[in-house]
Amino acid sequence: MKSFKVILVIFTLFLSQLVAAAPKIENWVTDSGLRVYFVHVPELPMLDLRLTFAGGSAYDGDKPGLSGMVTSMLSKGAAGLNADQIAEAFESVGAELSSGSARDMAWISLRTLTLDEQLKSALASWQKIVEKPDFPEEDFARLKKQALVGLQAEKQNPGSIASKAFYKNLYGDHPYASPQNGTEESVKAMTLADVKSFYNQYFVNKNGLLSIVGAISKDQAKEIADRVSKALLSNGRGQGEKAVPIPEVKPLQAAKEIRIPFPSTQAHVMMGQPGDKRGDKDYFSLYLGNHNLGGSGFTSRLMKEVRVKRGLSYSVYSYFIPMREKGPFMVGLQTKLSQTDEAIKVARDVLKKFQKEGPSEEDLKASKMNIIGGFPLRTASNDDIIGYLAMIGFYNLPLNYLDKFTENVNKVTRDEVVDAFKRRVHLDKMLTVIVGGKPKDADTDTNEATKTAAEKNVTPAKAKK
Amino acid sequence: MNISLSVASQARINFLLTFLLLFSLLLFSSTTLAKEASSKQSSPVHEYKLDNGMKILVKQDKRAPVAVIQVWYKIGTSYEHEGITGLSHALEHMMFKGTKKHKSGEFEKMVSAIGARNNAFTSQDYTAYYEVLANDKLETALEIEADRMRNLIFDPEEFKKEINVVKEERRWRTDDKPTSLMREQFNAVAFLNSPYRAPVIGWMVDLEGMKLDDAKAWYKKWYTPNNATLVVVGDVNPDEVYAMAKKYFGVYKSNPLPEVKARTEVEQKGVRNIILKLPAKLASLRMGFKTPGMISAKQGKVPQWEPYALEVLANILDGGDSARFAKNLIRGKSIAAGAGAGYYGYGRLPNMLVITGTPAKDVETGKLKKALLDEIEVLKTELVSEKELKRVKAQVIAGEVYERDSIEHMATLLGSLESVGLGHQYMDEYVPGVLAVTAQQIQDVAKKYLIDEHLTIAELVPQPLNKKVKEGAAK
Repeated sequence: MKSFKVILVIFTLFLSQLVAAAPKIENWVTDSGLRVYFVHVPELPMLDLRLTFAGGSAYDGDKPGLSGMVTSMLSKGAAGLNADQIAEAFESVGAELSSGSARDMAWISLRTLTLDEQLKSALASWQKIVEKPDFPEEDFARLKKQALVGLQAEKQNPGSIASKAFYKNLYGDHPYASPQNGTEESVKAMTLADVKSFYNQYFVNKNGLLSIVGAISKDQAKEIADRVSKALLSNGRGQGEKAVPIPEVKPLQAAKEIRIPFPSTQAHVMMGQPGDKRGDKDYFSLYLGNHNLGGSGFTSRLMKEVRVKRGLSYSVYSYFIPMREKGPFMVGLQTKLSQTDEAIKVARDVLKKFQKEGPSEEDLKASKMNIIGGFPLRTASNDDIIGYLAMIGFYNLPLNYLDKFTENVNKVTRDEVVDAFKRRVHLDKMLTVIVGGKPKDADTDTNEATKTAAEKNVTPAKAKK
Repeated sequence: MNISLSVASQARINFLLTFLLLFSLLLFSSTTLAKEASSKQSSPVHEYKLDNGMKILVKQDKRAPVAVIQVWYKIGTSYEHEGITGLSHALEHMMFKGTKKHKSGEFEKMVSAIGARNNAFTSQDYTAYYEVLANDKLETALEIEADRMRNLIFDPEEFKKEINVVKEERRWRTDDKPTSLMREQFNAVAFLNSPYRAPVIGWMVDLEGMKLDDAKAWYKKWYTPNNATLVVVGDVNPDEVYAMAKKYFGVYKSNPLPEVKARTEVEQKGVRNIILKLPAKLASLRMGFKTPGMISAKQGKVPQWEPYALEVLANILDGGDSARFAKNLIRGKSIAAGAGAGYYGYGRLPNMLVITGTPAKDVETGKLKKALLDEIEVLKTELVSEKELKRVKAQVIAGEVYERDSIEHMATLLGSLESVGLGHQYMDEYVPGVLAVTAQQIQDVAKKYLIDEHLTIAELVPQPLNKKVKEGAAK
């Protein structure tokens, strides 16, 4: 009885902390059809805005790199201002403009002080970017050249090579396979008309989401949202349309191993398969299980076996990246060439054992304590909060996602984790990408050597010293 | 991943202050500002000292029920000598390998169980350990940090494995990254006798020769309360933190510290040029002018304003998309794919103002080098415009507010300033120091320091990737 009481007290304390920690999210839709998520944080005199669209590289179609190019072009000309003038307009009031694109989404952000003059000026400049981007010809030509330099930079980085090959082979003809920075051919072929039409199609109210965090009132937030959403109507876009859904990801049909020679001292290894989606029914089971497998740093199984016990790698991890459709489940490590096979074997054995047995009750408890105890850290800064807002809004997660987060983690049982890993992870159909080691033929550059192999027949790396 | 290493590249510390109100008024002469900003001032730093000489700095931030605790030791690569480079960092790894009370692995379990995120980093001038956690778990972290300050065990088996991990870290951070390799050799050539010539991770041959006893002796010498600073930032009560710190760290005695030799860099007599031929796809440039640091001004070796003028100068060149490099070289002439400038002015010893560049497509490296150096010449012959100065100052003021969004960042600033000998009070001096800089002063420091006699240039000349595969460095 006594211990029960203690637990109850701890639980109550804990809950009260949660109430304090989870920010109060308000949301609405503007008259022009833009969804808005807002959290009022009064302490620091600053404001963050993030306008997100379903317009990431998954929507590039046959023009890989297009989404990234569009977001790069936004700051290069708007409402008659050139790139110099735009940069000057933001930076002279200490404001920061940024934009970018991932697989699912593209975004435009602003960080500014909320002191009157600075706020007014920064918002006015930001509105120009949203309303009247000019997409100047000269800047476009220069950015294309820059993109080609960026692709060269990827080629001298074994980690980037591995990651590109991993996505390409994991997703095949699915849009998630599309390289975010494009290819030499696609960059060269890209036209300004492509950029404009992508912008007009995807950067529209009905396909967008505005997240607002900072020291402004709800009335001010409404006013800003109305301005932004009206600005998005320009250029004959109207309210626009939602992007068509991203197709479902097909599971891998067989194990596959890709070896890419590279003159590095280490091999970069990535293993995995399609994982889970945002809002997936197995999300919490997989998240919790992976925490023990390779998501928690030093206490994880992969770290213990690969690094702590054997000193084989500096970094070793596993994670699920939930996206609109199934993002990757990935195990990664880097090790000196002569240890490649050993490290891969150890990592595979850990995964195999985990998939068979799952975490122990003790492991599960430890993971829960870490995740639940560390919950307040997740929303400790404005930057953290706007990240969650954009995620919750973009993926249509419940508004009480954060309030329920610890409860959802806490109620996952060991059986559920074991069951989820059995159903979702297929050891006989893993993709393995290995970058590093000598080419078979000295004349070939870093071309991929592909072969399909059964999991157990995977042949070792060649560099033996 | 749990153990990391920041290779001392705190190029620009964009700062915090309590001067927001005053100086915003000066710059923007907005009358509405006074009321609004006065309630948003940063809270003060509470400073304590234990009898054993350990310093404690506490800063409140009540936005969320969290806190960050960091224990800083004044020890890093710049205290090492040739043959033992990387020892401070290797010791940092061993700090996770158990104490008399908590065996290896137990520490991570304890930290994990309280929901904390933890890590450590080593730089040229300091080594720091930290936990970020819910504010009611602070005591556990203090207990753990106090325990490993003096009670570390050095297990030979653990060392053998861990030194291999460090070598993997070196391969990953440096050996397989062309620009990292270039930076490493650049520093070794720019500095002849200053300890800043050595890489934080250590030369591979030194890692191979490193012994358990080296780490043990290093620990005994430097890990003592009178060489440490505890920094806590978050929703905490300063006096309570002090009481807890006293309870856990107060039990240790003060120990005499070894003498730190000056090792002042000898005077350079002309430009130093190096070329690196590496398997790579992109050419790259790294140029550095030796400059005084903030510490030089504190020691009265140069006028107080000089380091601030160098800081603003770096921001004139590369302080955003409207700065000269982006405007003139990346856009304008379109000869750089990337270009950067950073003033390394916040160390224990003087360092450099560093300029980096990657040529745009089909542009010769020599052409970019000339354009970068031409920008330096312009600083010597023409005063920067008021508009540019105003822009840099506006960014510094805003940066101060933005930085307060992260308690970890705040704690790191406090700890690093204290550990390099500038003192945490420096945070209050930074913004006024920057705001007082004039165009003439920028020209003066450009003429005085950005000259051939201070310059080292490294050029990376890419070699084909498919020529040969290097053998792994480890035997």
